Amino acid sequence: MNDLKYVGKPSVRIDGKEKISGATKYTDDLEFGPNLHFAAIVESTEAHAKIINIDTIEAENFPGVVGVFTGKDFPFKFGLYMKDRFIFAMDTVHYVGQQIAAVVARDIKTAKRAAKLVKIKYETIHAIFDQMEALKDDALLIHPDLGEYEHVPWFFPQANTNIAHWRKTRRGDITKGFEDADYILEDTYTVPRYAHCPLETHAAVGLCDLSDRLTIWASSQSPHTQRNLFAESLAPLGFTHKDVRVIAPPIGGGFGGKAGVSMEILAAAIATKVKGNPVKIIWSREQEFYNTSQRLGVIAKLKIGVKNDGTFTAINHRLYWDTGASAEYGANVVNAVGLSAIGPYRFHNISIDSVCLYTNLPPCGAYRGFGYSEFMFGLESHINRIAEHLNIDAVEIRKINAIKENDILAYGVEMNPNGLLECIDKVAKEIEWGKEEKSDDPNIKIGKGFSLIWKAPAMPPNASSAAFLKFSEDGSINILVSGMDMGQGYLTVMAQIAAEILAVPISKIRTENPDTDRNPYEWQTVASHVTWSCGNAVRKAAIDARDQIFEIVSRTLYLPKNMLYLEDEKVKCKTKPRFELPLKEFVINGIQAEDSTFKGGPIMGHGIFMPEFTSANSDPETSQGGHPNVHYTVGAAAITLEVDKDSGEMHVKKAVEALDVGKAINPSLVKGQITGGLLQGLATVLYEDMRFDDKGKMLNPNFTDYKIPTAKDVPDEIVPIIVEVPQPDGPFGARGVGEHTMIPAAPMIANAVNDALGIRIKSMPITKEKVALANLKKEEK
Amino acid sequence: MKKITFKLNGELRSVYVEPEEILLDVLREKLGVKSPKCGCDRGDCGACAVLLNGRSVRSCLVLAIETDGQEIITVEGISKDGLSKVQNTMLDKNAFQCGFCAPGMIISTTELIEKNPHPNLEEIKEALSGNLCRCTGYLPILESVQEATEEGHHE
Ligand code: FES
Ligand code: FES
Repeated sequence: MNDLKYVGKPSVRIDGKEKISGATKYTDDLEFGPNLHFAAIVESTEAHAKIINIDTIEAENFPGVVGVFTGKDFPFKFGLYMKDRFIFAMDTVHYVGQQIAAVVARDIKTAKRAAKLVKIKYETIHAIFDQMEALKDDALLIHPDLGEYEHVPWFFPQANTNIAHWRKTRRGDITKGFEDADYILEDTYTVPRYAHCPLETHAAVGLCDLSDRLTIWASSQSPHTQRNLFAESLAPLGFTHKDVRVIAPPIGGGFGGKAGVSMEILAAAIATKVKGNPVKIIWSREQEFYNTSQRLGVIAKLKIGVKNDGTFTAINHRLYWDTGASAEYGANVVNAVGLSAIGPYRFHNISIDSVCLYTNLPPCGAYRGFGYSEFMFGLESHINRIAEHLNIDAVEIRKINAIKENDILAYGVEMNPNGLLECIDKVAKEIEWGKEEKSDDPNIKIGKGFSLIWKAPAMPPNASSAAFLKFSEDGSINILVSGMDMGQGYLTVMAQIAAEILAVPISKIRTENPDTDRNPYEWQTVASHVTWSCGNAVRKAAIDARDQIFEIVSRTLYLPKNMLYLEDEKVKCKTKPRFELPLKEFVINGIQAEDSTFKGGPIMGHGIFMPEFTSANSDPETSQGGHPNVHYTVGAAAITLEVDKDSGEMHVKKAVEALDVGKAINPSLVKGQITGGLLQGLATVLYEDMRFDDKGKMLNPNFTDYKIPTAKDVPDEIVPIIVEVPQPDGPFGARGVGEHTMIPAAPMIANAVNDALGIRIKSMPITKEKVALANLKKEEK
Repeated sequence: MKKITFKLNGELRSVYVEPEEILLDVLREKLGVKSPKCGCDRGDCGACAVLLNGRSVRSCLVLAIETDGQEIITVEGISKDGLSKVQNTMLDKNAFQCGFCAPGMIISTTELIEKNPHPNLEEIKEALSGNLCRCTGYLPILESVQEATEEGHHE
């Protein structure tokens, strides 16, 4: 593995030219011909209400309207981890914006106009917007039938409450742990909801042809999972999996928001009512904010005990999550955190309660970081405060407690090999930790903030990846996989892995986003796991193809199989230096034997990967006994922050982030993740801020009022650092990195603000107004 | 419906439009030019940018009818005879991720370089600040533009 030719190189993306020349066709760019229909959605104006009547007559009679559909047409539940939602609201609406009906017409303007004519009579019910209210014993029930919902076996919904899931983790002796502490710090940290804001909104087109073949084109991170859910939920209409096909064109950003299923189910369902005609549904930017999924908000109550020497003795972490009106994906975020809310630290005495609560706000789900950004805000703030109290350096206390290989995780399994200490040291050095910086402007204070990073993929124990690999006559390769390239560069990385094993240059490899009919299975492109999981499948497929190559060459040319190797698109033999056989001469047409017959045939590799060591079965009271996570990726990050103490204005001068990626298959793409993820994270803490009115309606569903960063908001400098402690079961040692990059942003800012001004802000976002006010208060004292 | 004619990526094109039709929709739906994207439909994101007589405009805010007799260039036009220098630098540096913002960014960049062949970093940031990108953190895009426009940079 020393002289890798393709793996580890900063190759240009294989889809780069397509994107830069404007050639890429996203879902809304595809042509569907003159019969394309459009659906406009009628949405709830109430946060919680009984639907007394839906009057569709006027809309149906509107010239040009093809049909109006409501919950009555599709009384089917769906959900990824928990089936707690209907395609359209049935008798109750649970949030403002929930879809109630669809109006289909041959043009979008007609559909929208007619949608306004659908009249809905509601009887309002008290709505709950705060998860702490939802938690109360006498709280109104948002899902009275919760006890009957189907869900994955590792969820523990509590019937007759608003608790959709409660993950409890217990290890060691928590009471004794706190007794052993010299100092205990307890506090509450608050993180609100956030929006993904991919630049391309959700879009889906469904076509059910007259033979009942259902095809959905969707901007999605989860084509196979979508196919599965569409087939399952539409099974009452007679569909089986073989009838349902999802085609996933390139997507304009996902960040978790296009994971699982949300509005795409509308395209699938409505298509069955306008058979023979494709029907398109595309979310407006507004709908993208309130009608896909949002990042869960959390109130985290954290208590940590520590010895005077800085060693942690116990952690009690109670997290109350607002998952909104549906927990079908959000509850798994809550679950992931319930297993990992100790952070990358060695704790022997652990108590975690991660509680998923329904509210009457839009449903929440996966968002880059999957809950870790949220709990790490509190945890990493807390650790700085403890360090300060004990007079120990903030980096030092992290090093004292940093988790090491073979340390026991919260759920009783050993930690994987990792370079956490190396990341910490490299970041501290690069940011010149301990060196004070001063501005010439007396109003500007400069602070530094540090944070660790950690996250494991949250996946079902049997999430798998599969790959086919086939050659063409000229020795070029098509790799068929079903992960999604949503910008992270997955397709390029898969090509690099195959290139390395088959000695074929990347320029001769094509990998594209999938069509579930043609491409083999992939669970979903989430959890930062495809490089690792699908990378393993592609590696195996390439090895399978290589074995077939060696077999046919050995069989026909009488060369010892174990002496054959591949180089520069040729088969060579260690014992016969002059022998070389170009791949293109036989990978399709076989090798001609002495008797002039041909042997062999098209070379086609296949590979599958499933982590066979994982298990989600554990004691519900303690989470001990299973093996829920495959591995953690860890890292460290720091910033130098300028703060104007009067205006609160903040500016990141320098940001450093080190991640142990095991092996950077493509360092340029890893660095791209770091730069992009960090800015996305910085925005959540510095200015992104989702506002709802007291009726549960989102007030700022647009980029004027919900600010995402522009080119002017970038830090002066970002230094990405790649650390490589190989993952034993990763392809070439690689593990995932996509989400991790944004996790340290919020605590770093909180810690840097504290370093600069001596104020501690415990609720996100940390806007300039908040900083200025807190500083004013402090100075008044 | 009124017939309008404009030069689109070097070719004269005619199309019938309603007075309230938006240029972005006409380009995408009636003329098959798909590189301008709709990211917000209200002038916030820049994904729909095209060059109108050499100036970048947000095509979601322009009435198609107003462009009668004018000249429009999109990324299809810029890329027709191969990528431009700055596009090639963007390619080499893996400047984009999902690529949805790329057409708009490239329009703004093209306009900038036309006016100011050697912009400094602040000028580049200013010129691209109307184009939102959620993926890249902008730095690789800014670096590409910087590198491609450096004084003394040869092809
Ligand atoms: S779509 Fe025109 S600016 Fe966003
Ligand atoms: S690359 Fe995705 S929005 Fe810019």
